Amino acid sequence: MSTSLAHTEEHADHGHAHEHEHHDLPWYRKYVFSTDHKVISKQFMLASLIFLFIGGAFALMLRWQLAYPGEAIPVIGHLLPDTWVAEPGSGVITPEFFVQLTTMHATIMIFFVIIPMAVGMFGNFCIPLMIGTDDMALPRLNMWSFWLVPPAGLIMLAGVFTEMGYAGAGWTSYPPLAADINKEAFTFSGQTLWLISVFMIGFSSIMGAVNYVATVLNKRAKGMKLFDMPLTVWGLFITAIIATLGTPVLAAGLAMLFFDNFFHTSFFIPDHLVSGASFPGGGQPVLFQHVFWFYSHPAVYIMILPLMGIVSEVLATFSRKPIYGYKAMVFAVAGIAFLGFIVWGHHMFQSGMNPLLGTTFMLSTIVIAVPSSIKVFNWLGTLWRGNIHFSSAMLAALAFVSMFIIGGLSGVFMASAPVDIYIHDTYFIVAHIHYVLFGGSLFGIFAGIYYWFPKMFGKMLSESWGRRHLFWSFLAFNATFFPMHVLGIGGHMRRIYDPNVYDFLKGMQGMNEFITIAAIVMGFSQLMLVGNILYSLKWGKKAPRNPWNANTLEWAAPPHPGHGNFDMDITVYRGPYEFGVEGRELDYWPQWEPGKSITVHHHTIAVSDDTSTSVGMH
Amino acid sequence: MSLALNLSHEPITKIPHGKLAMWAFLASELMFFSGFFGGFIVLRNTNYDVFGAGSAHLNWTLALINTFILIGSSLTMALAIHNLEHKKDGAFRLFMGLTILGGFGFLIVKYIEYSSKFADGLFPGQENHTVFYSFYFLMTGFHALHVIAGMIPMAYIFFKGFTKAGYPYPSKVETLGLYWHFVDLMWIFIFPALYLMIPYHVAGAH
Repeated sequence: MSTSLAHTEEHADHGHAHEHEHHDLPWYRKYVFSTDHKVISKQFMLASLIFLFIGGAFALMLRWQLAYPGEAIPVIGHLLPDTWVAEPGSGVITPEFFVQLTTMHATIMIFFVIIPMAVGMFGNFCIPLMIGTDDMALPRLNMWSFWLVPPAGLIMLAGVFTEMGYAGAGWTSYPPLAADINKEAFTFSGQTLWLISVFMIGFSSIMGAVNYVATVLNKRAKGMKLFDMPLTVWGLFITAIIATLGTPVLAAGLAMLFFDNFFHTSFFIPDHLVSGASFPGGGQPVLFQHVFWFYSHPAVYIMILPLMGIVSEVLATFSRKPIYGYKAMVFAVAGIAFLGFIVWGHHMFQSGMNPLLGTTFMLSTIVIAVPSSIKVFNWLGTLWRGNIHFSSAMLAALAFVSMFIIGGLSGVFMASAPVDIYIHDTYFIVAHIHYVLFGGSLFGIFAGIYYWFPKMFGKMLSESWGRRHLFWSFLAFNATFFPMHVLGIGGHMRRIYDPNVYDFLKGMQGMNEFITIAAIVMGFSQLMLVGNILYSLKWGKKAPRNPWNANTLEWAAPPHPGHGNFDMDITVYRGPYEFGVEGRELDYWPQWEPGKSITVHHHTIAVSDDTSTSVGMH
Repeated sequence: MSLALNLSHEPITKIPHGKLAMWAFLASELMFFSGFFGGFIVLRNTNYDVFGAGSAHLNWTLALINTFILIGSSLTMALAIHNLEHKKDGAFRLFMGLTILGGFGFLIVKYIEYSSKFADGLFPGQENHTVFYSFYFLMTGFHALHVIAGMIPMAYIFFKGFTKAGYPYPSKVETLGLYWHFVDLMWIFIFPALYLMIPYHVAGAH
């Protein structure tokens, strides 16, 4: 032990410590089946970025068909096979393939991009570093939670080899459509594979989540109370609780749907359904919607709460101010998580559910606006009179806050049952979900990547390319999705193949073309992020230990920390957001730095060790 | 192997990591079966007679035997943990072996039950299948999968118990025991829900 300690200390400053710690492990244990949380985090990042581009390409194919129905897709159109994919000889996608693309786009973006990035990548990277420990509580379980993701993705994409192609029942996979009622029992369709794949992803989520819970509760650094944890860790911790309690319910629903699909049981197949195969009947389709949304509404918060934490981190650091109302932020997150479990019916106002039940769900949904507004108010309070630095991470965080406000306000429209009856199943819904999931979650993920990249890879990203990327993403994002509100109110249904079929939509076709052009710009501007990452990995400036002068524990670790994370003892002396403390020369005060302070009217004042506490009281 | 020496401290909650994660996982498992029970409640109310007739047809005697086998194996599991903690390796191996045997016994009885259901044409896709039997196979099937999943690490621990060093981690066996008791407890809910809830008018007709 003592020799290896001396050995590593010598190299710690060069960021090579991990190579020496690890030299007895074969390469596949270091880079492939690694149990190190930072490697697992990077694996999540890589897998999700690949899926991000697959999902994005699918979306652009959809957009092309909507803007120019009947015209061949440029470049790749004539490469598409003339089966169920494209109309023979024309390079135009078929209606069947169109719905498969909508399904795959949504599934990939939700289950293989946003959740793995928000929870898998940032959860793995941030939790052990930010609570000041060497690894997860159960590193091997952590490894398996990642290694279920690539097989799940491949199983889902293998739908392309089945007779009818990918799953096409939408990401919500409502039965009877998703039960493939004309399919023989014991045969696989894209939908069957989809069900297996999402079940596996759910299992991966649960394995990750129980690990996060155990880590946060058991492995915090010496002196760190629960209310000394950064908001990112709070967000991830509460997300883990939601995932622990919500995901298994989805798994139960998927298992039942898989039975219907594969064994021809009838949990969700009603009596007297005319189909090519025989079903005993007696099931209820709406039951699936209840089970599905019981998970999938909380899942919306799985996709946003970790990013809310990250954004709080970035806003406080780059405004050089303590987060406004730290405890209120924690309780707001907990409140959103709790309310998230009792609002699922608002997805089902049009399902034939009892209208009285709809009213209940409408009220509980509108109540969620309260904790959400607390968060937005506190973010604005944090920015107020701050010394704002417009770094890339900060720009992404500001984009998150502003887009979340728009997405949140359109959410209040939908929460109201009478309004929802009018805008249900229109592009207004599409606009809303993209404002919260892209404008919210994905910009939050960008903020996280720009913020932690120096710690993850030991290199600085290019700030100017980061700004360019965010500028074009933000502009093209709004150009793409804002007009969709108008389309939706104009009555444009979602998931339609050809808007020109409907006379009342013909006047809005120009808007569809505009959206498609903006979407293409948005898609290609993401290459700036990838280019920036790849360039910086090779030629980027070496990152210092604490490039943003932030307070939280991960910045105490060496840049690109090796196995075991920290090269010094970690003891926590104060909360994570002590910026601009009176009585200090520096405008920040890291959690790991010893020092005495007193609190007067919620303001922290530093006092020297020999000062008696009564002096600073006035 | 951390360079910072004060990081590997005792668990803050005083509960070992594995055990804490297992409790969280059991909460998750509870929600998983709740999904099934939720569906069961809804569809039982809309298919009351079908469910009653199905329940009346099931063999509750075999299920009762299985209940006692599982409760017995939970007891032997607890005794195995107790003996391992007190370093009585022989007794530990005995009780661990009995627990595994209990698991096997449960599965054998399940096999007998399933094959008589197959003979009666009650499997999915067969002529007498109803939505009640969908639930029967779903719930007992997933429960049996949980039994098998518990027996695999048990077998590993059992055979490790015969090596010279014995099995060195009582806390891991305790964590596995938690899981095993949960599987037992789940059966305690599944058994009455499927086998015993027979409405009077159906019970009288048989």
